[in-house]
Amino acid sequence: MKLNKLIIGASALAMIAGAASAEDMTIVSWGGAYQASQQNAYFDPYMAMHPDVNIITDESSGEAVAKLRAMAEAGNISWDVVDVVAADAMRLCDEGLAMEIDPDTQLAPAPDGTPASEDFGDLLVSECFIPQIVYSTTFGYRTDMVGDTPPSSVCDVFDTETYPGKRSLEKRPIGNMEWALICDGVADADVYDVLATPEGQAQAFAKLDTIKDDVIWWSAGADTPQLLADGEVVMGSTYNGRLFALIEEQHQPVAMLWDAQVYDLDGWIIPAGLSAERQQAALDFVYFATDTQRLADQAKYISYGPARASSAPLVGKHESLGIDMAPHMPTDPANAQHTFLFNYNWWADYRDDLDAKFQAWLAQ
Amino acid sequence: MALDSSQQAFVAFDRVQKSYDGEILVVKDLNLQIAKGEFVTMLGPSGSGKTTCLMMLAGFETATHGDILLDGKPINNIPPHKRGIGMVFQNYALFPHMTVGENLSFPLEVRNIGKSEREKMVMDALDMVQMGEFAGRRPAQLSGGQQQRIALARALVFRPELVLMDEPLGALDKQLREHMQFEIKHLHEKLGVTVVYVTHDQSEALTMSDRVAVFDDGRIQQLAPPDDLYERPENAFVAQFIGENNTLNATVTAINGDTVDVDIDGGMKGTALKVNCDGVGSRTTLSLRPERVRLDHSGVNRTEGKVLELIYLGDHIRCRMAVSGHDDFIVKVPNAGGDHKHLVVGETTQISWEAVDCRALDA
Amino acid sequence: MSDATANGPVLAADGTPLKKSLQRSLRHKKFRALMLIAPLLAFVLVTFVAPIGAMLLRSVENQIVPDTLPRTVVALADWDATSGELPDEAAFAALAADLAEAFDNKTHVKLAIRLNYESPGMTSLFKKTGKAAARRFDPDQPYRQQFIDLRPEWGEVEIWQLLKTYSSRYTNGYFVNAIDMQKTPDGLVMKPDGQRVYMASMLRTLGLTLVITLLCLTIGYPIAFLLANLPMSKANLLMILVLLPFWTSLLVRTSAWKVLLQQQGVVNDVLVWLGVLADDSRLELINNQTGTIITMTHILLPFMILPLYSVMKGIPPYYVRAAKSLGATNWTAFWRVYFPQSIPGIGAGAILVFILSVGYYITPELVGGRSGKFISNWIADFVLKSPNWGLAAALGAILLALVMVLYVLYDKIVGIDNVKLG
Repeated sequence: MKLNKLIIGASALAMIAGAASAEDMTIVSWGGAYQASQQNAYFDPYMAMHPDVNIITDESSGEAVAKLRAMAEAGNISWDVVDVVAADAMRLCDEGLAMEIDPDTQLAPAPDGTPASEDFGDLLVSECFIPQIVYSTTFGYRTDMVGDTPPSSVCDVFDTETYPGKRSLEKRPIGNMEWALICDGVADADVYDVLATPEGQAQAFAKLDTIKDDVIWWSAGADTPQLLADGEVVMGSTYNGRLFALIEEQHQPVAMLWDAQVYDLDGWIIPAGLSAERQQAALDFVYFATDTQRLADQAKYISYGPARASSAPLVGKHESLGIDMAPHMPTDPANAQHTFLFNYNWWADYRDDLDAKFQAWLAQ
Repeated sequence: MALDSSQQAFVAFDRVQKSYDGEILVVKDLNLQIAKGEFVTMLGPSGSGKTTCLMMLAGFETATHGDILLDGKPINNIPPHKRGIGMVFQNYALFPHMTVGENLSFPLEVRNIGKSEREKMVMDALDMVQMGEFAGRRPAQLSGGQQQRIALARALVFRPELVLMDEPLGALDKQLREHMQFEIKHLHEKLGVTVVYVTHDQSEALTMSDRVAVFDDGRIQQLAPPDDLYERPENAFVAQFIGENNTLNATVTAINGDTVDVDIDGGMKGTALKVNCDGVGSRTTLSLRPERVRLDHSGVNRTEGKVLELIYLGDHIRCRMAVSGHDDFIVKVPNAGGDHKHLVVGETTQISWEAVDCRALDA
Repeated sequence: MSDATANGPVLAADGTPLKKSLQRSLRHKKFRALMLIAPLLAFVLVTFVAPIGAMLLRSVENQIVPDTLPRTVVALADWDATSGELPDEAAFAALAADLAEAFDNKTHVKLAIRLNYESPGMTSLFKKTGKAAARRFDPDQPYRQQFIDLRPEWGEVEIWQLLKTYSSRYTNGYFVNAIDMQKTPDGLVMKPDGQRVYMASMLRTLGLTLVITLLCLTIGYPIAFLLANLPMSKANLLMILVLLPFWTSLLVRTSAWKVLLQQQGVVNDVLVWLGVLADDSRLELINNQTGTIITMTHILLPFMILPLYSVMKGIPPYYVRAAKSLGATNWTAFWRVYFPQSIPGIGAGAILVFILSVGYYITPELVGGRSGKFISNWIADFVLKSPNWGLAAALGAILLALVMVLYVLYDKIVGIDNVKLG
C-alpha cells in the first residue's frame, strides 16, 4: 500500500518534471494565411518530432524592429525566432540585434550535398538573415468594377478617370514611392537614384498627391483582401499570397495585376543575446525549417516561392485545392514579365528618413 | 363648517377612483367637499390612499374615474403648474442649488412678477415664518425646522388659495413637531387659506384640523370635526384608530330605541348605544373609552375586573384588567382623590360604565 | 473648563504633554493604516509613477551622442558653430576614432537613428561613414578630405552644427521637435511647411475630442434621464443595452462599425435603397474624421451615461414636482431645477469621456484614415513602428500637460467639487 503510493507519487512528480522541461519557443510571424502555412509546414512537424518543444506564436513581425529594440533596451529578449523581411533583417543585423549565421555550418545543405550558401545564393542578403520565401507585393483588382478594360499596368492605379473608386496602398513609403516614380516617367533602373535626392522624393510625393484622397491606407496584410472582398476598393496592393487565397480559396471576383510587382524576401532571424540553450534550440529549429523539403512543403499552402534553388523542383500541388502551384508563384515567367527589383540595401539606408517624411506627408 | 352641497365647495372630489395597475383600486369612490378657508386633514395608516388623493388634487396623479373640482371647475385636465395650488412636501423639496431667497423667488419668477415686488413678497413671506435673516443661506445650511418654515413660506409666497401639505412635519422631532403644528395652525387662521393636510399622526390631525377625514382601505371611514371623531366614532376602525379604545365583541339580543341589549363574549350582558349595528342576533363591536370606565357600580353596565397590570403615568394610572374574557381591557384612573389606592395586581374590583359611553359598532 | 494650565500645555495624567501622548496613541493606528495601503502604494509606485517618470525622463535624455562620440564632443567644445566654417582636422580625427569604435560595438546605427530624428538623411550618412571609419580611413592622410571624399555632406557645416547642438547629455530637442520647431545655431525656428504635423495633430485631437464629448453628452443625457426615470424593469433592460458595448471586444465593435459605415456598408446600402442617396454618391463615413467621431462616440457613450445616470438617480422626483406645484412649466422645472442638479454628472461624464478620448488610439487607427488620426497614433507609431521613444515621450508629456491644464481650467470654471461619479 505504502509502496504503491510512493510509486504513484514518484511517477506524478516525474510527469510534472517532464511537463516543465518542455521548452517554450516563441516564434514571431505575420499571422493570417502566411503564418498558417508555416504552422502546417514547419511548426506542427517540428513539434511532432520534438515533443519537448512547445512553439508559441506571436503575430508581431510588422513591429519586429521596434519591439526587438525595446527588448534589447530592457535586457529581456522574449522572442526566439523572428520572421522578418530582408530589409528589417539588415537593420537588425546592423544594430547588433540579430545574431550572425554561418549558412554552411548552421543551415542544412541541399539533398545533393550543395552547401546552403550556394543553395540560397544571392538571397543571403545579410549575415543574420536566413531566407525562407520570395514573395511579391502587387495589385489585385475587382473584375466586376473595372468595366471591359481591366487594368494592365501599375500606372492604372494612378488613373482615377478610367478606374474611379478607392484604392488601397500600404501605409509606408516602400513600394509606393517606386511605383509613383515609375508612373511619373522614371525608368525602372533609375528609380533609386532619383529617390535618393530630395527632388526625386518630392516628385514621388507629388505623384502620390494625385490619388491621395482616393486611397485607403492599410497597415495589416489582411486589410486589402477584406476591402476587395467588400467592394470598398477597386484595386489595392498586398502580398501575392493573400490575393491567391482571396481568388482561389474564397473565389472572389478579383484578379491579379502582376505588372511591376515588387519582389521581396522574407526569412528568419534569431535575436542576439539569447541564452546558449535558447539559441541552440532556435538554431535547431531554423536548420529544420529551412531545409530543402520543408521550404518546398510551405509552397503547398501558399503561393510564395521557396528561397532555395533545390526546393523549386519539389513544388507541387496545393494541399487542399489540388491545383498546380507553379503558375501562382510570383517568379512564374507569365507573371514576371515586368518585375521591379526591390533594393534592400537602399531601403536599409533610407527607410528611417523616408518613413518620417512619408508620415508627415500623410498627415498633411 | 359642514357643507350642504357641492355647489358651495371650494374643493370637491366627486366619485373619484384611482388605480395604478388596472387591477387594484387604491382609492375607492371618494366623495369629499372642502369649504373655502377650511383646514381638512386626511388621516390614515400608510397605504390607505390619502397621499394618492392629495397627489390627484395637486395634479401629479390623474384620477382613473370621477371628477375633482376646484372652485366649481373640473381640474382633471389642468397640468399641475396651472392649478395655482401651493404644496409643502414631506422632505421639504427645497431646491438645493438655490438660496432660500431664490427658492422663494422661484414661484414669483415663473409668474413674471417684477423684481421689486418679488423681493418684497419674498421678505414678507420670510418674515411671516420668522426667517427674515436667512434669505442668503442655502437649504443645506439650515436645520430641519428652519427648512420646514422655508418650505411653508415658499408654498405661501405666491398667495395660493389652496395649500396642500404632505406629512410636512414627519421628519421633525416631537417637540419641534408640536411647536410647528401650532405655527401652521396660526398661519392658517391668519391667512385664511384652504389647507388640505395629510398625516398618519392622529394627534397632529386632532390639533390642527377643522375636519378630519379618516382614510382606510381607499375609502373615507368618517369625516368629522376632531371632537366628533373621538367622542362619536361611527365604525370600529375609527374608534380603534383615534385615541385609546376598549373593544368588546358582542351579539345583539334586543333593540330598544336608541340602545341595544348585548351579550358580551365571555358571559356578561349589557346595554350600549345603537350606532352602527344590525338587528337582533347580529354581531357587534362595542367601543368604550378607558377614561369612561368607573371603579364602582354606579353605571348601568356592571361587572368585575381582575387587575393584571398597573402603570403609573403621573396624571393617571393605567390599569389593565381581565373583563368578561377580554384581558386587554384598559381603565384610566385619574390620579386624584386616591381612587386607585385599593387596586392590587391579582385582586378583582368592581367596574361599571354608562350605556351612552359604550357604542355598538360594526363587527 | 480647560485643563490647560496658565503657563504650559495640557498635560496627560502621567505628566507628558497631552498632544505628545495623543500622537503616541495614534502612532500604532497610523502604522497599521500605512501597512494596509502599502501594497497599493507599492503597486502605484511601480506601475504608474515609475513608468511615467521614466517616460518623462526619456523626453529629455540624450546620452547616446556623448556616449558614442566622446572624443568628437570634446573636440567640438571649442568650435564656434556660428562661424560658418568647418571644425578643424582634430574634430575629424576624433570623429573617425569614435566611429571606428562605435562600428565595432555596433552602436553607430543607434547613434545614426538618434540623429536621424533631427535631420533625415543621417542614417545612411553614419552607416556608410561608420563602415569606412572602421576599415578604410588612412591615418596618414588628412581626415577632413577623406570624410568629404566619402560623403560630400561632411563638408556641410550644418551637419557639424547638428552634432554640436546635440552633444549634451540632456536636450530639449524632442520637445522642440514636438512643437514643430527645430534648433538652429540662430535659435528656434519653425520647421518647413510640409513637416509641421504634431501641433496640428494635437489641435485636431482636442477638437475631435471636444466634438465627441459634446455628442456623448447630447446623446447620453436623454438616455440617462430615461434610465433614471423609467420603472425598474424597463430601466434594467435599457441599462443592459447601454452596457452591452462594454461586454464586447473593442476590436469587434470597431470592426462592426466598419461593416456598417463603409461605402458598400449597411448604412449606405439602406440610404441608397431608400433613395436618399444615388448609388454613385455614397457617403464616406469611415476612414476619415466622421468615422472616428461616430465610432468613438459610441464606444465612450457608456462613460457619459453611467455617471449621469447615477447622479440623476440621486435627484428625488419631488424637486420637479415642487417646481411644478410652484407654477413652473415642464421645461422651466427641468431647466431651472432638474438640470442644475444634474451638472455634477455632466462634469464627471465630460471629464471621463474627454480624458479617455484624448488618449485613444486603436479606434482612430482602425477607422480614422488620414484625417481622423489622433496625437496618440503618432505616439504609438513612434513607440512601435519607427522607434523614437524620445519624441513619443515628449508628445506624451505635452498631452499630459495639456490635459492637466484643461483640468485646472475646468476646476476654475465648474469646480471639481461639483463632479460626482455616483
